[in-house]
Amino acid sequence: MSEPSTTTTHSTPRPTNLFWVACLALFALLAIFPEQAKAAKELRSVAVADPYLEMHTGPGRGYPIFHVVDRGESIDIIKQRTDWFLVRDADGDEGWVDRGQMELTLNPDGSEVDFRHAGLEEFTNSKWEIGVLAGDFGGANTVSLYGAYSLNPHVSLEVWGSQILGNFSNGWTASVNVVHETWPDWRVSPFFTLGAGVIRTEPKSTIIQGEDRNDQIGHAGAGIRVYVTRRFLFRAEYKTHVVFTSRNDNEEVEEWKVGFAFFF
Amino acid sequence: MESRFRVLFLILMAQFALSGCAATKNLFGFGRDEAPPPTAESPGQVIDPEVERREIKEPKIDKENFEIGAFAGIMSIEDFGTDLAYGARLAYHLTEGFFVEGTVGQTEAGLTSFESLSGGARLFEDRMLTYYNLNLGYNILPGEGFIGEKRAYNTQFYLIAGLGSTEFADDDRFTVNFGAGLRLLLNDAWTLRFDFRDHLYDIDILGEEKTVHNLEGTLGFTFFF
Repeated sequence: MSEPSTTTTHSTPRPTNLFWVACLALFALLAIFPEQAKAAKELRSVAVADPYLEMHTGPGRGYPIFHVVDRGESIDIIKQRTDWFLVRDADGDEGWVDRGQMELTLNPDGSEVDFRHAGLEEFTNSKWEIGVLAGDFGGANTVSLYGAYSLNPHVSLEVWGSQILGNFSNGWTASVNVVHETWPDWRVSPFFTLGAGVIRTEPKSTIIQGEDRNDQIGHAGAGIRVYVTRRFLFRAEYKTHVVFTSRNDNEEVEEWKVGFAFFF
Repeated sequence: MESRFRVLFLILMAQFALSGCAATKNLFGFGRDEAPPPTAESPGQVIDPEVERREIKEPKIDKENFEIGAFAGIMSIEDFGTDLAYGARLAYHLTEGFFVEGTVGQTEAGLTSFESLSGGARLFEDRMLTYYNLNLGYNILPGEGFIGEKRAYNTQFYLIAGLGSTEFADDDRFTVNFGAGLRLLLNDAWTLRFDFRDHLYDIDILGEEKTVHNLEGTLGFTFFF
């Protein structure tokens, strides 16, 4: 336990200020996205080919149908949120239509539209992926966020940031990985990974007297990516790390993680 | 340990060398050497259609799957009283049900009863509690809320849980959080959000290590883009 202090000075105001700056920046960002700018944009039109098209009041199955558009009528697509399209008919009625019904509309030239959602093919061929994993890093808890870019279906580059939260020390790691998938078209796709980065270790002040350290870290590992549904995938992996310390011995750490990711 | 690393490394290199050949071929732009499809011969085509196909450029559909916003409310820190909490959140909606969300928030700790009674002696100086978490949420119970006779707003009740870290009392603490909330869809872009969470972590600042529950209730606005 830390030494009880007799001073009554307040905490530094720095983090608070940082926070308000972040919040202000957020709202400034929102102000930059005026909806009016979108109104002027040209909208994509499709024609209803089914006997009728159902408009819901909101983007979800549970919201009631309040209007139907007849066959042959043209509708403008204002926006899309997940599997729902906000459309406007010729009379100016606006409502949300699900993907299943939108797939049955036709382009102005009579050709079929393509509003399919992502599937196993996109799982194999998508360029970008973002995921969150959590697990065990040498006995400590770890939470990780990663972003990946695929050079081709087999090879991708990943950037990782992890926070390590242990009983005796906390820390951060940042690393760059190369991931190789041998059978990327399989639903359960095994991969191998190799990477390097840095690790910052901060011993807990209440337990150990130690200095914060920055070390280089290298790792090799293996894991699986499992396609779940839509843009979702499950990921589990094992990595063995070597921490190149400034001491005589290098440290070895084993890491297990599971989590989920989505691709786009 | 050392040898295991070495073995794994060798396995990895072998993988790259053996099965990676196909991959590297694509990587360096040699491409797939598939034969072009045989050109279909049109036997006895009499009419030569001179209709030019109009090239229609389809405008892109505006996809709004991200939700960003700020919130404020109250947060109770176990043993340290309740104070104003505020923060920001960013979510990505995967389906109409599932969404992933990252949140950062902050509140300030009051005095424990020990600190108040002892008169001035503080357990630690930096009284700020800052947390972040990464969550998975699911929208259940879509519904409608009525305000007066003429106004109806769509609502979404959601359940959410996730992992993260809390920086408090000079340490980062592994934190689990779960809760529920309600979205009131004001229009097609803006929503009003009520959110209730329980943040759990282990702390030993008052002697024995124990798991604490920090309850948080906030109100915020979010914007879909």
